[in-house]
Amino acid sequence: MTANTEPQEPKLVVRDLTVWYGEKKGVGPVGLDIVGQHVTALIGPSGCGKSTFLRSLNRMNELIPGCRVTGDVKLDGDPIYGTGIDPVAIRRRIGMVFQRSNPFPKTIKENVAYGLRIGGLRDAREIDARVERALTQAALWEEVKDRLDDSAMGLSGGQQQRLCIARALAVEPEVLLMDEPASALDPIATAHIEELINELSAEYTVVIVTHNMQQAARVADYTAFFYLGELVEFDRTDVLFTKPSNSRTEDYITGRFG
Amino acid sequence: MIRASTSREHTNREYEGELRRLREQLLLMGAKVEDIIAGSIRALIDRDSPLAEQMIAADRKINQLEIDIDEHCMQVLARRQPVASDLRFLTTALKLVTDLERIGDLGVNICERVLELNGEPPLKPYVDMPNMAREVQEMLHEGLDAFVAADVERAQHVIARDRNVDAYYTQIFRELLTYMMEDPRNIFRATRLQSIAKYLERIGDHATNVGELVVFMVKGKDIRHAGKLGDGG
Repeated sequence: MTANTEPQEPKLVVRDLTVWYGEKKGVGPVGLDIVGQHVTALIGPSGCGKSTFLRSLNRMNELIPGCRVTGDVKLDGDPIYGTGIDPVAIRRRIGMVFQRSNPFPKTIKENVAYGLRIGGLRDAREIDARVERALTQAALWEEVKDRLDDSAMGLSGGQQQRLCIARALAVEPEVLLMDEPASALDPIATAHIEELINELSAEYTVVIVTHNMQQAARVADYTAFFYLGELVEFDRTDVLFTKPSNSRTEDYITGRFG
Repeated sequence: MIRASTSREHTNREYEGELRRLREQLLLMGAKVEDIIAGSIRALIDRDSPLAEQMIAADRKINQLEIDIDEHCMQVLARRQPVASDLRFLTTALKLVTDLERIGDLGVNICERVLELNGEPPLKPYVDMPNMAREVQEMLHEGLDAFVAADVERAQHVIARDRNVDAYYTQIFRELLTYMMEDPRNIFRATRLQSIAKYLERIGDHATNVGELVVFMVKGKDIRHAGKLGDGG
C-alpha cells in the first residue's frame, strides 16, 4: 500500500496539541507527523478524542463554544493556529468530509460548485470544468453526468457521500479530513469509498477517523490509536495490526476492552 | 490464553471460547503425536511388532485432528478477522498442525521400518539410537511446552538442541556404513536403521520449526532461515 517508501517531509506536523472544552481536556497533548500523499487512520473507542483531534487539524473545533486549543499544527511548515491566520483559508487547504452525508438541497452541480462560487469564481466554463474534475475524482461523474441539474437529495447514500467528497475536492484542498465517511453506508458503497480513498491518496493527504478497525487496516498506510484523550500508539498500519508495541493497543484491536 | 503480555480475556466470550478450544485441540494433537513417537521408539527397542501396528493405526486420529484444526482456524479467520497476537496465534496454529502431522507420519515410518527389522535377527545392540530418540522426544516436548507457556527462552533452547540431533545422525550413519562394508548381508537391516535415524533427524527439524513458530507467535519476529536469506533479516 505504501507506494512511496522514501522518507519525506511530513505534510502536517502536530506538536503538543491539546484541545480543551472549558476546563476539561478533550485530547492531548498529541505529537504526530502526518505523511503527505498517504492515508492516516485515527482509531479508538468513542470519546477517545480522535474526532476532536481530527477537527483540530483544520480549526473546526473553534466553532464549538468553550473550546480552546493549545500547541502547534504546521501545514507544510506554516502554522495554522496563531493571530492573523484566517481559519477559512486554512479550511480551503484542509477540507473535511463528515460521517453523515450532508448535501445541500440544491442540484448536484450546485453542491459541487458552491465552494467555488463563495470563493469568488464566476467564470461559468471554469466552474463546469472544476465540477467535472471534482466529480471525476470522487468517482461519481459517470453516474451523474447526465443529471447534473437534478436534486442531490435524489442520490443514494453512497452517491451522496461521494458528492460530499467531490464538494470538498472542488476547492482543491491539499489535505482531506474524513470523519467516519463510510459508517452509514452499506458494504458495497463502503467498498467504493475505500477504493476512492486509496485513489485520492495519490494526490491528497488523507486523514480518516473510523470506528471500523478492518477499514483502517484496509485503507490506511499509518494508524494512530487514541484512548482516553491520549495518543497511545502511532505506527505503520501493517505493524500496528500485526505486532502493536503498546498493550492497550493490543487489547483494543483484539477486542479485549471493557 | 496464548499471550505473553497480559492474560486479559476477550470482551466477546464466544470468541474467547473459540480460541480456547483451538488451543485445546492443538495440545491434544501435540500429546497424541508425542505418544506415537514414544510408542514407535519403544517398538524399535523392544522389537514389539503389535505396538508398531498400534501406532500406525493411531496416526489416523492425528490426521483427523489436523483437518479439524485447519477447519477451526478458517472459521475463526473468516468470522473474527483476528489481529495482532490473535492473528499470530492463528497463523501459528495453521503451521503448527502441519509440523505435528508430519511428525506423526515420521512416527509411522519408524514403525514400518521396525516391522521390517523384526523379521530379521538384531543387527547390533543400540547405543546412540536411544539417545538420539530421547533428544528428539525432549525437543518435541519442550517445543510444545514453550507453545503452551508462550516461552521464547525455551523455544530458543529447542532450536539450539537440533545441533545435537544432527551430530547423532552423522555418528549413526558412519557406524552403519562400517557394518555394511563389513558384510553385504547387513545392508538390508543397516539401511532400515539408517532410515529410522533419518526420520528422527527430521522430527528434530520439525520440533525446531515449532520453536521458531513460538518465537514468532510471542514476539512477532520471524527467525526462520536466519542467515540464509541474504542479510538474514
